Amino acid sequence: MGLWNAIAVGFKEIWAHKFRSLLTMLGIILGVSSLIAMSALVEGMEKGSREALVAIGGLQKFRIETQPVPVEQRHLRDFATGVTLGDVYAIQNNSPEVLKISPEMRLEPPPTVSANGKNLRTWSTAGVWPVQLEMMEHVLEHGRCFNEVDDELARSVCVIGTGIRDELWGDPEETGKEVIPLGQTLTINGSPFTVIGMFEHYESDQDRKSRLLRKAQEAERLAKGLTNAVTGPKRMRGWGGNNRRGGFAFWIKNNTVYVPLNTMWIKLLSGQTNTPSDKRLSEMEIKVRDVNKLELALSEIRNVMMVRHRGIEDFNVRTQEDWAEQINVFISNARLSGGLIAGISLLVGGIGIMNIMLASISERIREIGIRKAVGAGALDIFVQIVVESTVIAVIGGIAGVGTSYGLIQLIVAFTPTDNAPIVTLGSMLIAFGASAVIGVLAGLFPALKAARMNVIQSLRYD
Amino acid sequence: MALLELRNVSKIYHLGGEEIRALDDVTLDIEAGEFCSIIGPSGSGKSTLMHILGCLDSPSLGTIKLDGVEIQKASASQLAHIRNRKIGFVFQFFNLLPKLNVVQNVELPMIYSGISGKERRERALKALDMVELGNRLKNRPSQLSGGQQQRVAIARALVNDPKIIFADEPTGNLDTHTGEVILELFRNLSRQGRTVMLVTHNPEIAAVTPRRIEIRNGKIADRVDTRLAGLDRLAAAAAKSAAATAAH
Repeated sequence: MGLWNAIAVGFKEIWAHKFRSLLTMLGIILGVSSLIAMSALVEGMEKGSREALVAIGGLQKFRIETQPVPVEQRHLRDFATGVTLGDVYAIQNNSPEVLKISPEMRLEPPPTVSANGKNLRTWSTAGVWPVQLEMMEHVLEHGRCFNEVDDELARSVCVIGTGIRDELWGDPEETGKEVIPLGQTLTINGSPFTVIGMFEHYESDQDRKSRLLRKAQEAERLAKGLTNAVTGPKRMRGWGGNNRRGGFAFWIKNNTVYVPLNTMWIKLLSGQTNTPSDKRLSEMEIKVRDVNKLELALSEIRNVMMVRHRGIEDFNVRTQEDWAEQINVFISNARLSGGLIAGISLLVGGIGIMNIMLASISERIREIGIRKAVGAGALDIFVQIVVESTVIAVIGGIAGVGTSYGLIQLIVAFTPTDNAPIVTLGSMLIAFGASAVIGVLAGLFPALKAARMNVIQSLRYD
Repeated sequence: MALLELRNVSKIYHLGGEEIRALDDVTLDIEAGEFCSIIGPSGSGKSTLMHILGCLDSPSLGTIKLDGVEIQKASASQLAHIRNRKIGFVFQFFNLLPKLNVVQNVELPMIYSGISGKERRERALKALDMVELGNRLKNRPSQLSGGQQQRVAIARALVNDPKIIFADEPTGNLDTHTGEVILELFRNLSRQGRTVMLVTHNPEIAAVTPRRIEIRNGKIADRVDTRLAGLDRLAAAAAKSAAATAAH
C-alpha cells in the first residue's frame, strides 16, 4: 500500500471518529502550544534582560563599592576608609587599562526632592563628575550638564531624569503637554538647586512601541472627531505591571538626580564624614578599554586599591559579568523547567494517542483480518497504523501551533509582563517536529500488535 | 502438473500437551480449471484444509506446491503476497469492510498490489459488472442485501484475476433462492475456466460440483480421490523401499 493511500485511510479513520480523534488530539494541541508559549515567554524575558544590560553600560563596566571589613580584619576596622576620591585619582594615574572612571557620592538614605509644591523620594541622588553621563549611557535631551567649573565652585545645579519631572511637574502622557523644567528650582533635603539639564525618557522597545501605538490611536480618535471619554482616575492593576514603566533598569535611570560631586560634598553631606582629608564615596564606576582584558584591568585596580587601603578589604569589585551570568542561568533554568513541563504534557498527549490506537485496533480486528486475507502484508498493516497515529499527532501539532498564539495572548492578559513574548520560527518547528515524532512513537506498539495478528483468528473474531 | 499439489500434509496443534492432528497426511492434487468441493462435518478439518490450500496458514508437515512453487516454508508476508496475486476468497459472512463503499471494497486487494488508482477503478467496475452490481457502486455494504453483499465479495475475489477462488460456505448465510443464484455464479465462473473450490458441510451444495473431496477426521475419505491418493502413497512407498534396498 502506498504512503498516500495509507494517509488517506488515516484521514478517513479520523473523520469516522471525529469526537474521539479531537479529544485525542487535544493532548498534543495543548502540549505543542504550551511548548511554543513557554519558549516565547522565555525569549521575551531574555530580550528584556539583554536590553537592560546594555542600558546600564554593558560588560566593559564594573563598580567598586565600600563593603564592611571582613571578620578576620575586624581589628583594623578603625583604619578602614572605604572607597574614597583619592582611590579614584590613584587608579586613574596607575591603571592604563582604565578608559573612564567615575566617582559617585550618593545621599543615603535617598533625600526628599521637592518642587512645585510636591515631594518625592528619588531612587538615587548622587554627586558625580560629568563623565558619569557617558558611563551610565545617559543622553541629555534638554539643557546642559554641569561642567568642571560648576564642580569647582560647588554650584547648586542639577540634572534630572524624566521620572523626576513626571512626579514634580506632571507626566506628559497624562497632562498632554510636556514640561521642560530648565531653570526651575527644586530642593534636595531643603537646599535649593537649579535644574540645568534633563535626560531623554528611557524605556524598553516594548514600552516605546505600546506608547506610540497608544498615541497613534489617540490621534486617530481625535481625527474622527471623538473626544476622550471620561473614564475616571487610572487604577493600578496590582500585579506590578504598570507602576514601574519599562523595566527596573530603565525606571532607575529615569528617577535619577545628579549634582556636581563637590556640591554634594560641601552642601549636602557636610558634617556627615569623619575623613575630611579624603572625600568618601559610595562607589566608583570604571570602564575598561578592552572587555577582553577585563581580568588584567581588574587585577591592576585591585593592586592599586590594596596598596592604598593597606591590605584592608573594605571594598568590593562588582562586575556586570556576574549579572550577565545570573541572567543566563535564570534564562536557561526557565527554559529547562518550562520545556520539561511542556515536554511532559506532549508525552501525555502521546500516551493518549497510543491508548486510542490500541482501542482502535482491537475494535478493528476483523478489518485487519480481511485486509490480510486479501493480501495486506504485516508491513502494510504496520504502516497503516503508524500513519494513522502520526496523522492525528500532526494535525494536533498544526492546531497546536495555531492555538499557541491564543495561549500567549491569554497568558499576557492574565499576567502582564514588561517583556512581550517573542514567538520564534525555531520553537514552532521544534514543537511541531516533536508532535510528529511522538505520533510515530505512539503508533509503533499498536502497529506492531496489529501487524502480528493471526489472519485466521482475526477473520473469525466477532 | 497440477495447479495445487499437496503431499503428505499434516497440521498439528498442541493443546495442553495433547497432540491434535487437524489434518493427517493429506495428499491431494487440484488441476487448473477444476470445480471442486471440499465437504465434511464441522470439526472434520475441512476449514484447516482450506486455510492451508488458501495460503492463510502453513502446514506442520508435508509439502505444498502452488503453480509449481513450493510454499510450505513461506513467511507470513510471502503468503500475503501469494494470497494477493493468486487467490480469491469468498466467506460465509461476506467480510466486506463496512466503512468502505462497494467500489472501494472491490478495489481493496489491488491497493495492496500497488495498482494505480485509475486502473483500480476500471478493473473494479469490470468485476462488478460481471456480478451485475454495476448500479450499486456508491452503496455501503450495510445498504445491500445478503446476496448482493456476497456478489460484491465475489467481485473482490475476482478482481486481481486469481489462479484459484476459495468459497467458504458461501451460501451458509443466505436463503435457499439467493444461495442458488450465488452457486450459479460460481458455476459460470467455472465454465469460464476458473478454478473454484467450494467448502461446505452441505452435500446438496457439494452435489453441484463435478469433484468432491470428503474430509473425515483430518483425512481424505473420498471415493474418487482415494484412488489417486492411494496410488501416490503406493508410489511413495515404492520409492522408499527402492531407496532402502539401494542403501543395503
